[in-house]
Amino acid sequence: MEINSAISGSKAASPYSGRSWRLGLLIVTMIIAIPVLVIVASLSQPFSSAWQHLFDTVLSDYISNSLLLMAGVGFGTLLLGVSAAWLTAMCDFPGRKILSWAFLLPMAMPAYIIAYTYTGILDFAGPIQSILRGIFGWSYGDYYFPQIRSLGGAICMLSLVLYPYVYMLVRIAFLEQSTAVLEASRNLGKKPWETLFLVALPISRPAIVAGVSLALMETLADYGTVAYFGVSAFTTGIFRTWYGLGELTTAAQLCAFLLLFVFALIMAERWSRQRLRFHHNSANKKLVRMQLKGWHAYIALLIGCLIVGVGFVIPATQLLIWASSRWQENLNGAFLSLLFNSFSLAAIAAICCVIVATFLAYTKRVFNSRLELGAVGVASLGYAVPGTVIAVGVLIPVAWLDNKIDFFSRAWFDIPTGLLLSGTIGILVFAYVVRFLSVSLNTVESGLSAIKPSIDESARSLGARPAQVLKRVHLPILRSSLLTATLLVFVDVLKELPTTLILRPFNFNTLAVRTYELASDERLVDAALPALAIVVIGLLPVLLITKSILNERARHE
Amino acid sequence: MHKPFLPLNASFGVVFMIAAFMTAPTLSYGDELNIYSARQESLIKPLLDRFTALTGTKVNLVTGKGDALLTRLKSEGLNSPADVLLTSDAGRLYRAQQAGVLQAFSSQELNAAIPAHLRSSEGQWYGLSVRARVIVYAQERVEPAELSTYEALSDPSWKGRVCIRSSNNIYNQSLVASMIASQGLEKTEVWLKDFVTNFSRPPAGGDRDQIKAVAAGQCDVAIVNSYYLGGMITSEDNRQQEAASKVSLFWPNQKGRGTHINISGAGITQSAKHLVSAKRLLAFLATDESQQWYGEKNNEFPVRAAVDISETLKAWGPFIADQLNVSELGRYNAEAIMAMDRAGWK
Repeated sequence: MEINSAISGSKAASPYSGRSWRLGLLIVTMIIAIPVLVIVASLSQPFSSAWQHLFDTVLSDYISNSLLLMAGVGFGTLLLGVSAAWLTAMCDFPGRKILSWAFLLPMAMPAYIIAYTYTGILDFAGPIQSILRGIFGWSYGDYYFPQIRSLGGAICMLSLVLYPYVYMLVRIAFLEQSTAVLEASRNLGKKPWETLFLVALPISRPAIVAGVSLALMETLADYGTVAYFGVSAFTTGIFRTWYGLGELTTAAQLCAFLLLFVFALIMAERWSRQRLRFHHNSANKKLVRMQLKGWHAYIALLIGCLIVGVGFVIPATQLLIWASSRWQENLNGAFLSLLFNSFSLAAIAAICCVIVATFLAYTKRVFNSRLELGAVGVASLGYAVPGTVIAVGVLIPVAWLDNKIDFFSRAWFDIPTGLLLSGTIGILVFAYVVRFLSVSLNTVESGLSAIKPSIDESARSLGARPAQVLKRVHLPILRSSLLTATLLVFVDVLKELPTTLILRPFNFNTLAVRTYELASDERLVDAALPALAIVVIGLLPVLLITKSILNERARHE
Repeated sequence: MHKPFLPLNASFGVVFMIAAFMTAPTLSYGDELNIYSARQESLIKPLLDRFTALTGTKVNLVTGKGDALLTRLKSEGLNSPADVLLTSDAGRLYRAQQAGVLQAFSSQELNAAIPAHLRSSEGQWYGLSVRARVIVYAQERVEPAELSTYEALSDPSWKGRVCIRSSNNIYNQSLVASMIASQGLEKTEVWLKDFVTNFSRPPAGGDRDQIKAVAAGQCDVAIVNSYYLGGMITSEDNRQQEAASKVSLFWPNQKGRGTHINISGAGITQSAKHLVSAKRLLAFLATDESQQWYGEKNNEFPVRAAVDISETLKAWGPFIADQLNVSELGRYNAEAIMAMDRAGWK
């Protein structure tokens, strides 16, 4: 076994031209990129006087706060995600098996919900501080207590719910690493920490980068948490400009600058990943986990419980307490239809996303040229765009198309078609694909990158066409990556709010919509039941897929 | 040709599923009415259900952020299914009017029921409920005699004693817009600069959070919408009730222009296909019965003068409201935000 450090080129491509594949890729990426391009196109509009105002007053705040937020969340997710992955993949201690899936739990918690609950618990007027004041007779100003509604608070909340992205991908990478390399490192007398930093982490770099970049893109797109905490970040600026100043164009231009920045980051990262690739042979020996004994085991367990406790158990318990006080009123037929809507929407969108992602990732792998690289890069930008802005990017071209179809249909056939796509589930699913493609794409790509190109080459040299190679070679190997990708998108769509809010059909509610409406009316207690339902439904696929990943591993072992 | 591979088959399946989903009819025929509402579902649906029961008209509803719904309405154009746009503030109605998506209609009934300053002069939209922005103070630490106007809260004696939410909030924007409308930008800017230095903490959270902070002693006064206090007083949550019991409501600017108010309101869209039902709905929302509901359900004030109000609202006593036409709030909204930005109101 060896680590292949392959300089890429179009080496995987054979004389087979694959024109239809490449054309397909361009068409798909073009369609998915339209909403993002609509936003970027706003840059061609004249810059209004609002820009001068932004420059003079708040823009520097927006930028610096967003950068700090990204740095903080980047560090937080890396720390939590990698620690969790290392503990459950490489070590063994009592409770490891439970923790290995429990670490995923916070993912089911929408960031704005965890923000609401912790504010309820930790705020000045909340129970903890009130009890402290009651015991010690303090009043305001007598004592120091960290302000939850702050930049630091936002970093904590976002890190807590976003670290599972890193954990999930890095854990797979750790598990799929050839154990021989790790053993070699240990046999050469390296301590576990040294093995982690010198071997395991560098090899897992694609997974780490994929995970952290997902977390960061979601951070950039987050509105609910930063708005609630009163942090002036770039997204709050975009909405302030749109809603407050009534300048949709300026808001779109702000967003376009954000996108250019993200695009540059993505391309730089992809370019660097291109030059250095690690592949493994999947025929692994049994992985020997480090047995933690005595206080080492206790510390590992303690760290694990702390992460899961703070990221999931505490806020979920709070939600449960709230929900149980009012469930009779809120649990009715309408609630069941919320469950159904949320579940089916998330499932459909997740399947669509993964199919598109697999197609794009594979085509890009086979015909690895700059064109494909750029096209896929643009198509995956949607994740960094706030949902409301994506919704506008979807709304405008689709409504335009609808109106054109209606116009021509009236002119030629005298039949009014009305709006065919606007206000349907279809446009909603399309918007989800635009927004969440990156999630599935990153996961599938990181899975694919672990498969040696020589496998493709052998299969192709035996006469298999790319479709057959994909179906018979890659898809079976990729199974856990595909499942992971489906799960990630499913949970994301389940939690998704702003896009759903704007694009949905009449009389169509989801759990997230209901939660938001109640919470925004400051009725947290009533909001708790739908919020809890999001968490619970989000858990189902988490459990399902963890089980399947564990089984797969068991087969290997 | 070569064999189609799995994902392609699967994707056809998904396309089919979506197509099946999409055909679920939102087509409108018969007696129906389609509403885009920035007022959230729980605060409007019961009234709409009542309307359906009375008239047999089926009501279809989409709720969302005002500006987002407005963008949807604009891009859908004349083919938009929406008949009525409901908003929870006057600024959005003003914006909808400017964007040309509302149609003017005049109704003697509505004109008689709704005071002129709570509707557009061209009849493009009508106010349906009134929300007042008031001062809430800690009973233990503040004498009502110390309070008078919004303007007076910029006095140095209030340093570190004021709680108010972010300037992202529309009701703060409207409050400042009303000041610009009544006393000009210059004076308002001076006031803002001093007012901001009196904040006891960086603005965060909602109006209820400000009330809780006053109750807990973090600040002495807060500026909030009255229905949030009403909601806490009538809340089933003991902690909210307890917090509400420690504060009192003060009607600001009673000796001058009156307390700042905003409205929730509605207009009929240019694209309306169900004009008769739409007009009927607006008339229904202005009836005594509906007006009373706003007060009971959400502690808002009716736009009609003669309507009976709930005990909670009565307990606050009568007040003089600002007579400024609420469309001015929309006109000065952008100026208000820029002034707040310059003053450093987060």
